Amino acid sequence: MTTTEQSMALFAGIVGVLMIASTVGFILKRRYATSGPNAVIENLNSRIKAWWVMVITIGIAFLFGKAGVIALFGFASFASLREFITLTETRRADHRALAIAFFLVLPLQYYLIWIEWYGLYSIFIPVYAFLLLPIVAALRGDTTAFMPRVAELQWGLMLCVFCLSHVPALLTLDIPGYEGRHLLLIAFLVIVVQSSDVLQYVWGKLFGRRKIAPNLSPSKTVEGLIGGVLSATLIGAGLWWITPFSPWQAGAMSLIVTLMGFFGGLVMSAIKRDRGVKDWGQMIEGHGGMLDRLDSVVFAAPIFFHLTRYWWTP
Amino acid sequence: MSSTHTSKVAMSPIDIVAATAVTGLARLVTGVRGNWLGCAPDPHPRIYFANHNSHGDFVLIWTVLPPALRRITRPVAGSDYWMASGLRRFIGCHVFRAVLIDRNPNTLQENPIALMASALDAGSSLIMFPEGTRNTSQEPLLPFKNGLYHLAKARPKVELVPAWIENLNRVMPKGEIVPIPLLCTVTFGSPLLLAESEDKIAFLDRARNALLRLRRDHEGP
Repeated sequence: MTTTEQSMALFAGIVGVLMIASTVGFILKRRYATSGPNAVIENLNSRIKAWWVMVITIGIAFLFGKAGVIALFGFASFASLREFITLTETRRADHRALAIAFFLVLPLQYYLIWIEWYGLYSIFIPVYAFLLLPIVAALRGDTTAFMPRVAELQWGLMLCVFCLSHVPALLTLDIPGYEGRHLLLIAFLVIVVQSSDVLQYVWGKLFGRRKIAPNLSPSKTVEGLIGGVLSATLIGAGLWWITPFSPWQAGAMSLIVTLMGFFGGLVMSAIKRDRGVKDWGQMIEGHGGMLDRLDSVVFAAPIFFHLTRYWWTP
Repeated sequence: MSSTHTSKVAMSPIDIVAATAVTGLARLVTGVRGNWLGCAPDPHPRIYFANHNSHGDFVLIWTVLPPALRRITRPVAGSDYWMASGLRRFIGCHVFRAVLIDRNPNTLQENPIALMASALDAGSSLIMFPEGTRNTSQEPLLPFKNGLYHLAKARPKVELVPAWIENLNRVMPKGEIVPIPLLCTVTFGSPLLLAESEDKIAFLDRARNALLRLRRDHEGP
């Protein structure tokens, strides 16, 4: 198959899965919600609807190639950082540092990926922003809760901008024999991580009994984790033909990114519980905010990027 | 005079483009969401009264209203600020068709309550900030000025809807030029009506408490 044929096959497969999901959602609503709306089924159906929107959005971005993917994830970073900073305790003295984070650091990170300057985009936020932003904050002279304020902003930038930007950064890897097919590598990562989220939800709803971390997330169960991770790993192994990996390698990579994704969701839940909110925002119907949808991608992307870079690039 | 604008004036294409740009910018920066906790959007003339921290407050309320309601909803604003420059005059008078109130008693020509009442009579809804000025203190809400009571007394059948604006003060603190993108919400409470024989202090107290209660409830049930 050519790359275009592979892309079309992949897209047709995803649309097929969504059509099945929509049908199942419709049947569930018909059968079990006869006496009025059922909250779980309503939420399931709005989640499926939002998946259609997300898949179409990503599909359009892919049509525009590198520029489309960088614009899409740049916007996702912006929306995520906006949700993250909303939950932090900012003070007036942080205003300039926050403005620099949003309007200088974020666009510059994605510009560095656009020009494929690995040496700088891989250290720009952990080194330059890390040292520059506390200086800007200190110059305003307000020492109240200085360390938490500085640390929270850096955390926000690392998660929402630095980590997330490693998804489009996959386009910059020179993998021998994989020229011109990088968009499929992004599709692989996103499909595996997101299907793990979905399958953990499905397995958890069907068979979930033992809660893993009741203090952090009441919906995460042992049964959901094992069923979701294993089935998503199988999907990943079955998608080896769109990657530079062998089936075994694709399976191992999938296992790693699904586990990272699971623990990412756990860490982000800890932040939400601490701040007393259920969701990061309301941007995506049925799912919550951008970060509710991307928490697992944020934790999986840099590891996936560096493992691929270490073993598959010269 | 700007106060002669009525709700029946059709918007020109330029005004529509400008209004779309302003609400689009508000959405981009604040991702603003309207929570209709105590009532549903309704095209009858209403008075929305809200907390006031920023010049952008009425833009946020306007943005979360359904488009059909936006066209009939006019902010009540101080003419000293909105007549001060050409751009503000364009935004204030044309795009938002503000009911401009002269806050200087020496130059005051028309009774402000009569101006607002006639806008309601013409079918418009109003956005009011009963604190009278922007709140830059640490307090969540300043004491209310008397205007809300006098307007309620002049038009006792018009519903007064409390609207709590959350977070906009953090987006653009006083004296800053660049807004910080943060999520904002506008929470609408149950409508109030002036009760028969209710005096000024009791009514303003009730209205202020209704707004403060929304501040606690804005996360939703």
